[in-house]
Amino acid sequence: MSVDGYLEAFRRSGSIVIVGASLAGLRAAEALRDEGFTGTLTMVGDEPHEPYDRPPLSKQVLLGKVPADHTALPRRRAVDAQWRLGTAATGLDLAGKRVSLADGDAVEYDRLLIATGVRARPWPHELEADLDGVFVLRTRDDAAQLHHRLKAGPHRVLVIGAGFTGSEIASACRERELPVTVAERGAAPLVGALGGVVGEVAAELQRAHGVDLRCGVQVTGLEGDSAGRVRRAHFSDGTAVEVEVVVVALGATRNTEWLADSGLGAGPRGIACDAGCRAFDVRGIVTDDVFVAGDVARSPHPLFGYQFLSLEHWGNAVAQAEIAAHNMVSASTDRLPHLWMPSFWSAQFGVNIKSVGVPPMADQILVTQGSLAEHRFTAAYGYQGRVIAAVTFDQAKWLDFYERQIEQAAPFPPEFPTVDRRPEGMRPVAAGFPDPSLPSHGPTVTLSGHSPTDRRVSFSPHRA
Amino acid sequence: MRLVVDLNRCQGYAQCAFLAPEVFTMHGDEALMYDPQADDRQRENVRRAADACPVKAITVEPEDAAAAGGKAGASRVG
Amino acid sequence: MTSVALLRQITDYANRPDPYPLYAELRKTPVVRDEDGPYLVSTYWEIKSLLHDPRVSSDARNLTPEAARGTDLEQDPNLPPAFIRLDPPEHDRLRRLAMRPFGPPHTPRRVFDMHGELTEIVSGLIDALRDRDAIDLVDDFSYPFPVTVICRLLGVPREDEKHFHEWADTIAASLDPPGTDEERQAQQESLRQARGDLAAYLAGLVEERRRAPRDDMLSAMATDHGPDGQMSPVEIITTAALLLVAGHETTVNLITNGMLTLLRNPDVLQRLRSDPGLAVPLVEELLRFEPPVQMLPQRTTLADIDIAGTIIPKGAPLYLMVASGSRDPQRFTDPDRFIPDRTDNQHLGFGHGLHNCFGAPLARLEAQLALTELVRRLDAPRLVEDPPPYRRNAVLRGPRHLPLTVSGIRD
Ligand SMILES: Cc1cc2nc3c(=O)[nH]c(=O)nc-3n(C[C@H](O)[C@H](O)[C@H](O)COP(=O)(O)OP(=O)(O)OC[C@H]3O[C@@H](n4cnc5c(N)ncnc54)[C@H](O)[C@@H]3O)c2cc1C
Ligand code: HEM
Ligand code: SF4
Repeated sequence: MSVDGYLEAFRRSGSIVIVGASLAGLRAAEALRDEGFTGTLTMVGDEPHEPYDRPPLSKQVLLGKVPADHTALPRRRAVDAQWRLGTAATGLDLAGKRVSLADGDAVEYDRLLIATGVRARPWPHELEADLDGVFVLRTRDDAAQLHHRLKAGPHRVLVIGAGFTGSEIASACRERELPVTVAERGAAPLVGALGGVVGEVAAELQRAHGVDLRCGVQVTGLEGDSAGRVRRAHFSDGTAVEVEVVVVALGATRNTEWLADSGLGAGPRGIACDAGCRAFDVRGIVTDDVFVAGDVARSPHPLFGYQFLSLEHWGNAVAQAEIAAHNMVSASTDRLPHLWMPSFWSAQFGVNIKSVGVPPMADQILVTQGSLAEHRFTAAYGYQGRVIAAVTFDQAKWLDFYERQIEQAAPFPPEFPTVDRRPEGMRPVAAGFPDPSLPSHGPTVTLSGHSPTDRRVSFSPHRA
Repeated sequence: MRLVVDLNRCQGYAQCAFLAPEVFTMHGDEALMYDPQADDRQRENVRRAADACPVKAITVEPEDAAAAGGKAGASRVG
Repeated sequence: MTSVALLRQITDYANRPDPYPLYAELRKTPVVRDEDGPYLVSTYWEIKSLLHDPRVSSDARNLTPEAARGTDLEQDPNLPPAFIRLDPPEHDRLRRLAMRPFGPPHTPRRVFDMHGELTEIVSGLIDALRDRDAIDLVDDFSYPFPVTVICRLLGVPREDEKHFHEWADTIAASLDPPGTDEERQAQQESLRQARGDLAAYLAGLVEERRRAPRDDMLSAMATDHGPDGQMSPVEIITTAALLLVAGHETTVNLITNGMLTLLRNPDVLQRLRSDPGLAVPLVEELLRFEPPVQMLPQRTTLADIDIAGTIIPKGAPLYLMVASGSRDPQRFTDPDRFIPDRTDNQHLGFGHGLHNCFGAPLARLEAQLALTELVRRLDAPRLVEDPPPYRRNAVLRGPRHLPLTVSGIRD
């Protein structure tokens, strides 16, 4: 059969399996139907729930404004799929094109999309992690349980790790007027994602809202009472606090174990794929029928030196799912690269934090508008003399402009005056990212390696 | 009714919080919080909000897509 | 046709009824320098990017001295500029302060809760048309409606509303400069008078509300203490005057353009009559198709800006031709068609970026309610002349009169 004929038949009556029935999985399913795929579609998800949205879990849900089970994602359209919910995929047979399931079943595919995302990294000491009152926050069920505990009014909550999730949890606790201690190994909250200069502002915000923020310390142990309830936490500086609830927010682990022997290039750092979302096998050769999207994927981005980016961002999951879906049902010449501009938001302590680009790549930062002290500002990040990222605190309307600057590889530091440039915006300073050789939990973007192959993408900014 | 806001697009114009205050609220000057499963009686207000959003960040589930699957096990649904 | 002559043609009164072909001509060169100095930007993406560009200023003090001459007609020389003519951080501080008594997060329900009152005002104005078979939609309806709304919002006592109507008239007329020098002078004189009277009146009312606050915006502005502190009396006056000016003529034109467009598209009028929910997208489409604000002529640049192959030099006056951008075929399919339920409709009718219209939610409700009620209650409305007579103003463009005949008024 000709290639065209194969594609036509596949689009009409082929079978596609999507493993991971969450944001990326659902949006891919919808996009497949939008693209005109009329074959069989199977959605495999280990959670018993239909796809739901996670960002509200650390915000509206913990504040008690929205019940955890009111977070189901709206459908953009009907997807007409076989749903295998509450069933984990346990293995992949690449040659036989088959996914095996925890219930003993197997499903065959012509093309497969892997969107298994990440899970919360648990507290490393198992016995301590099992204490009553110790939580992580990744799923709807986690959020329901944690909210239930917070509602009971614990006398103190400890949040371990001040990345985005940890900071949002601390913010929700303060808004509920609960005493909260935050322990962060780094020098400031958000330091892995946004660097030390902005991290300092995040620290000020936390303290201004009454958080007992302890940076540069590690939690060395959690202690329980005779009933197995957590009651005290010990820190590396020798101090201890009495706590009733502990939330472990130490970043995430990629859900790739089920692929261990599959021959796919899947490991603790995710599944590497090309810019067209096709997975690499262990030999570093790109596969034809296996695609990846969302938090579990690592893909090269031409704008950022072809580095493989893993982006645990909502917007990335949506955009990559759409590209993957398109490419799954398109001829190779019609395929599109995933060139999404990394972006995320976080709401904490009443402030809207947004970012574009890849801040952790930066060596310098410059406050181009507003002022750090007022907690309302726009800052540009520079890397080797060009703008590589930007962040806003309550100034989201300006972000579009900086996105264009990144796309155009505009020079850094920006020389031009702006409507609100202050004296502090005159000189760039070191962005203050922790030394990457030191261990650091959960930076939102991890950078590693270079793509050996895919240089065909025409989108490559150059500078004179 | 289910809805979601693409908060990467959202620039905090607050049109939604004016037009459907039961569903969308501003948290501080710019951070938006909303009820992802708003009461059906809010449909008209939510529609006003979605149409007014200057960056079209609000996705409301169309009524005909709502027949969604949700049970564990195998099923053939929406 | 040279693009150099285009601004003259756009402002030429003869082209007021239909400037859109001129905009189409203008878009052939997205950024062009007019012979009189300003740079005209007419394409959607370029306008949008400049509205979000931190090198673009709304503060006339950043114009080069030559460019600044004679621009400040609407600005009262005795008062500091209102926030529409300021840049951050002053703009942001004043806008936040003004927002506190008007909208979220502090007062999320003020506009929403005006629904009933707006309906009442609309009904009252339409009731007054009973027994008439000829009406002027502008004088009888579109014109009085928004002034009444702003008075209620601010908390102007009913018995004083008539003064506001007069001041609003005078200020609106000054936006329409007449031909001869003497007339112009006389108009400037009455404008000065009206502004002075308005400011003096507001000063008195603010003082009164400070002593005995009520549930209205002026009381809140006079007494409120928030994270940004308090507005000074002068700031309250300039802000209240801004709300009156920015929220008046614009809303008049939206409602009038709306009715005119409906009468030109009887099938759509019929649809709206049977499905009032259509008003929501329809008003958005009006803001794209016949926007009350045709251009934003108040911007300048803080640095040389390289855009669409042209360098706009620092301090140059910048005209953002938003009505043209909203009809850019690179952005909108079938841009010259009025499609009341258009979905992909991120028009520029309320501007964009940090100066995006403060009163947009209110204006939307006003227009949605007004048009729904007008089509429901006017029996067999017909246009008496098409095109109707327009105001002279090319920036805030709209009919001066919209004479209609009707067979009656329904209940
Ligand atoms: C509390 C919280 C707050 C957040 N806030 C923000 C925010 O403010 N801004 C932002 O940009 N992002 C935020 N995120 C991140 C965002 O939610 C994720 O980027 C997004 O959910 C990624 O979607 P995904 O579909 O790729 O992965 P996931 O949502 O992780 O979904 C993967 C799914 O696959 C399932 N699965 C895993 N293994 C298997 C298997 N073997 N078989 C079957 N199913 C499997 C998982 O159980 C899960 O349901 C937040 C995340 C959390 C947890
Ligand atoms: C249909 C009606 C309206 C239209 C088309 C309209 C349009 C606009 C536009 C295009 C701007 C941007 C100006 C700029 O960028 O320089 C603006 C700003 C503004 N509008 Fe409106 N407007 C309308 C109604 C109102 C109403 C009812 C109010 C008041 C209640 C109002 C108050 C304002 C204010 C205060 C600003 C300045 C905002 C700022 O500078 O931050 N407008 N309007
Ligand atoms: S109207 Fe749109 S941009 Fe504004 S707050 Fe709501 S969602 Fe965000």
